Amino acid sequence: MDFSSINPILLLASLMVAATPIILAAAGELIVERAGVLNLGVEGMMITGAITGFIATVTTGSPWIGFAAAAVGGAGLSLLFGFLTQFLLSNQVATGLALTLFGLGLSALLGQGYNGIKAPEFPKIDIPVISDIPVLGPILFSHDPMVYVGLGLIAGIWYFLKYSRAGLVLRAVGENHEAAHALGYHVIRIRILAIMFGGACAGLGGAYISLVRVPQWTDGMTAGAGWIALAIVVFASWRPWRLLIGAYLFGGVTVLQLNLQAAGIAIPVEYLAMSPYIATILVLVLMSAGRAPGSLGKIFHASR
Amino acid sequence: MLTLEKRPQPSKAWVYAAPILAVVITMIVGGAVFALLGKPPLEAIRTIFYDPIFGEFASYSRPQLLIKAGPLILIAIGLSFGFRAGIWNIGAEGQYIIGALAAAGTGLAFYPMEARWLIFPLMIIAGLAGGMLWAAIPAFLRIRFKTNEILVSLMLVYVAEAIQASMALSLLRNPDGHGFPGSRNLSQYSSSANLELISNSGIHWGVLAAVTAVVFAYFILARHRFGFDVRLAGQSPRAAGFAGVDAGRMIFICMLISGGLAGAAGMFEIAGPAGRVSIDFNVGYGFTAIIVAFLGRLHPVGILIAGLLMALTYIGGELAQLSLGLPDAAIQLFQGMLLFFLLAVDVMTSYRIRFGKTE
Repeated sequence: MDFSSINPILLLASLMVAATPIILAAAGELIVERAGVLNLGVEGMMITGAITGFIATVTTGSPWIGFAAAAVGGAGLSLLFGFLTQFLLSNQVATGLALTLFGLGLSALLGQGYNGIKAPEFPKIDIPVISDIPVLGPILFSHDPMVYVGLGLIAGIWYFLKYSRAGLVLRAVGENHEAAHALGYHVIRIRILAIMFGGACAGLGGAYISLVRVPQWTDGMTAGAGWIALAIVVFASWRPWRLLIGAYLFGGVTVLQLNLQAAGIAIPVEYLAMSPYIATILVLVLMSAGRAPGSLGKIFHASR
Repeated sequence: MLTLEKRPQPSKAWVYAAPILAVVITMIVGGAVFALLGKPPLEAIRTIFYDPIFGEFASYSRPQLLIKAGPLILIAIGLSFGFRAGIWNIGAEGQYIIGALAAAGTGLAFYPMEARWLIFPLMIIAGLAGGMLWAAIPAFLRIRFKTNEILVSLMLVYVAEAIQASMALSLLRNPDGHGFPGSRNLSQYSSSANLELISNSGIHWGVLAAVTAVVFAYFILARHRFGFDVRLAGQSPRAAGFAGVDAGRMIFICMLISGGLAGAAGMFEIAGPAGRVSIDFNVGYGFTAIIVAFLGRLHPVGILIAGLLMALTYIGGELAQLSLGLPDAAIQLFQGMLLFFLLAVDVMTSYRIRFGKTE
C-alpha cells in the first residue's frame, strides 16, 4: 500500500468532476420538487440522456451537440412522466419507478452497437491566468465546461427561486397547489415545464457520465447516480447551495475510494465500491430534518 | 374539450378492465417498436405470448414459466402489503440477494454433511431472516429518523450487490473451483438442492411457497384485522391513526413481510435454478416484481395472474431472441411499457371522462 501515490490536488480536482453529474441531475430535480412533483425517474432520464448524448456525439463528433441531444432526450422522457402524472393523475411514486425501468430498457435498446466505442474527447479549458494559481488553479479552474455549467446552474436556480417572480410562483405551486390555482396560476402548465427542466438536467448529468467521466457507453452505466441525486435533494432540504455540499461529499467519497483502490489498500475492492451508497444513507439519516414542499407528491385535480 | 370528473366510487369494472386494456395497448405499441426494429410484429407478439404455452417447444418452456413466475409472485405478494399501506420498499432486489447469500452460507456451512431434513429448512429460515434483516434497516431508519425508505432501500441494493460480489470472490468461493469466482453448486448438493418435485413440471418448493403466500395474503387482506389495518393505513393514514393503528409498527411489519418473502425467493432460487453464488446471479426479479404487484392491482389473485404473465414475457422474450434475434433490451422496454400503460389507463378507475365544458 502506498498512500503517497494519492495526490491531494488531483484528488480534489477529480472530486469536482465526480460530483458534476450528480449536481446537474439534482439541480433539475430540486426545481421539480419545489414545484410539488416527486419524480423518482431521475435514474431513467439520466441513462436515456447518457445514450442519446453518446449517440449524437459519436455521430456528429461534437460533444456540444451531444449534450444538447441529451437534454432533449431527458426532457422528452420526462414528458411521458408529466403527461401521466399531470393529465392522467397517476401515482407519482409508481410512475417515477416505471420511468426508471422504461428508461433502462430504452437506453439498452438504443445503445446496441455502441458498446465499447470511445467518445470523442471533450477538451478541458484552462481559464487564463487564474488556472496558473498554484494548488487552487488545477483544482478549480482547469476543467471541462460542463463543470462550470453545473455550478452556474446552481447559482441560477438560487437566484431564480429567491429573487424572480417566476420562482415565487413556482414555489407557491409547490407549497400549496390549491391556493396557487385559486390565484389563477396554471398549476399543471408550470409543473409540466418544471418536469421538463428536470428531465433536461438529468439528461445532461447522464451524458456527462457517458461523455466525460467514463467516457464510453455500457448498459446501466449510471449505476444509481440518479437515486443518489434524489437523496441529495432531500439532504439539501430543497435548497440549492446545500445541494453542492451534498454532491461534493458524495464525489469526495467516490474519488477517495477509487484512489484507495489504486493505492492497493488492504480493504477488498467490493467494500470500497459500496462506500458511496453507505455514505448516502448515512447522510440521509443525519440530515432528515428539512421541510419538504407542502404539496410534494400530491395529485392536483381542479374540480372546476 | 375533454375533462375528467372524479367518480364518487372507484369503478369496479375498470379495476378489472384496466390491466387487460394495458396489456392489449402494450402489445400494439410493442408490436410497432418491433416493426421499427425490422422484426415482423405479429410473429414477435405470437412468439412472446403464444409459443411458450402452445408452441412447438412448449413442453420445454412451460415448466420454465413456473420457475420464473415463482419468485416474481413471492416477492410481489410481499411488496403488495407495503404498497397498499403507502410504504415503498423498492429494494426487494437487495433483500433477495441477501436472503440468497444467507441461505447459501448456511447450506455450505454444513457441506458435505448429508441431512436434508435439517439443512434445507434451516436454509429457508436463513433466507427469510436475511431478507428481513436487510429490509429492517430502511424500516428502522424510517421509524427512528424519518429517513425516506424509498431511497435507503434502493441504496441497499447496490450495497447488497457489492457484498454478493465479495462473497463469490472470497468467503463462499468454491475451494475446489480452481480459483474461479463462484460458490459450490447448491443444486448438486442433495441436502440443499431445491429440485423439481414432479419431474418436468417446473414445480419446486419455491413455487409451492408462492402459491401458499397467495392464499395466506388473500385471507389476511380479506378476513384478518391486520389486512384491514393495512388497507386503512393506505387509504387514510389519519383515520388509521384514530383507529389505533400504530404507524411505526405498520411500517416495520410491512417491510419485514416484503423483505422476508424476497429473501425466501432468493433462497429457492440459489438452491435451485441459479444453483450457485456468482458475482451476478441476481437477474432483476426484485424490480420486475414491482411491475407484477401493480399489474396485479396489489391483489393476491391478480398478482398470481400478473406473475405468470410477466414470466411469459421473460420466456417468450428468450424465444424471440433465439428465433427472431429480438434484442434482450426490447423485452425490458416491453415490461416497462406495460407498467406505464397500466398507470395511464388506471385514470379511468377513479375518474370518468366528460366531453365538452363542465360548468
